[in-house]
Amino acid sequence: METYYHPGDLGKFAEMGKGNKELWEKFTSYYNAVFAEGALTEREKALIALAVSHAVQCPYCIDSYTQACLEKGSNVEEMTEAVHVACAIRGGASLVHGVQMRNVAQKLSM
Amino acid sequence: MSETKLSLKARGSVLTSENEQLRILSEIKGCPPFEAPMGRIGLDPLYATGISIFQMNLGKLCNQACRHCHVDAAPDRREMMTRETAEACIDALAQTDIPTVDITGGAPELNPHFRWVVAAARALGRHVIDRCNLSVLLLPSQADLAAFLADHQVEIIASLPYYRPAQTDAQRGEGIFEKSIAALRLLNQIGYGVEGSGLILNLVHNPVGAFLPPKQEAIEAQFRKELKLRYGVVFNRLYTITNMPISRFLEFLIETGNVGGYMERLANAFNPAAAAGVMCRYTLSVGWDGTLYDCDFNQMLDLPVDGGAPRHLSDFDPAALHHRRIVTGNHCYGCTAGAGSSCGGALT
Repeated sequence: METYYHPGDLGKFAEMGKGNKELWEKFTSYYNAVFAEGALTEREKALIALAVSHAVQCPYCIDSYTQACLEKGSNVEEMTEAVHVACAIRGGASLVHGVQMRNVAQKLSM
Repeated sequence: MSETKLSLKARGSVLTSENEQLRILSEIKGCPPFEAPMGRIGLDPLYATGISIFQMNLGKLCNQACRHCHVDAAPDRREMMTRETAEACIDALAQTDIPTVDITGGAPELNPHFRWVVAAARALGRHVIDRCNLSVLLLPSQADLAAFLADHQVEIIASLPYYRPAQTDAQRGEGIFEKSIAALRLLNQIGYGVEGSGLILNLVHNPVGAFLPPKQEAIEAQFRKELKLRYGVVFNRLYTITNMPISRFLEFLIETGNVGGYMERLANAFNPAAAAGVMCRYTLSVGWDGTLYDCDFNQMLDLPVDGGAPRHLSDFDPAALHHRRIVTGNHCYGCTAGAGSSCGGALT
């Protein structure tokens, strides 16, 4: 079946470096620094990444960070809660824009 | 999902054949022969650097039947080291200054000669490790086992894949987590794992699935916090061990469609530093029948020591074994991936 997404493409991610090596290296250097142990643990960062993966709806990131979370010692209960955090923020973000809707409606209405 | 209360052998699985396992592992796309990356770092062929661990596998009988067991141990297995072979092990040990005896199984404590082996190895002044599945300590027939181990200052290395019941039971059987915690409390009560007691209790974490283990220090801290908080249990160290793609874990990989992905993951995570320190370089592993192997995994794949070294205890020759050529295969990726894996945990 033709789809836009192919699971095998995740393994080809580094091919993006072929178009502009310098920018790719800057990106990977930054990316690796972001996920290194810091004020947050690698495990906590992987859980954040998993949640963000769902918020931005990137199937490659979901595959990658599901495995990363398991390999950093998280369990499915924790990972599910992380996804709920993403869901709550996404839902909340829509709802809070409802205030804008209400403001506009109020202005237009008698 | 297959029910693993019975061993592969009892179920007549094709994976009972070591050759079939080796064939499967050698034909996986995306996973080059193990000798290829080893050759690139100058470690093919791989040679032993000496022997500091004398590992004795006392047999395949176990009171558990864990889904990842590389031994295919289970209550139905009857292979067991005889007293004669156990005595030959101690005689061989006495010819050397190998400092550590690592006793494994199955559940090694269920071998009727287990306590004799422990006492004899201790009498030779060697450090003794018991690889314990914890629940065996609760069997009525083993009521005095914990005290025996403490009396002989035996180090306990106990398997506990995760600090929550669901994951542990999924891998080791329904109700095993609860029994493991009861056994850990029993061990803590007599001083095991308690600072200053001299009684060492180390735990083993291995992933509950087809993925690599976390960093050892990170998951040790998690275990320490969670076990203390939830169950009041303490321990000394936690070792991470990668699931080896053989026997019942290989069955799991095949059944779940994970075998290719897992082997590719292991191969992609090949770590030269881990490869240089693999345990086979300093271990001699003795099978229940006295056959000699480079490690417990080669033992389960029926790959005895090679390169002219004696293959059985009856021909034991420490000098010939010290610098033997190690037998390798694609299963060895399990020890060289990521931070590396050994019976003593991560390698880097």
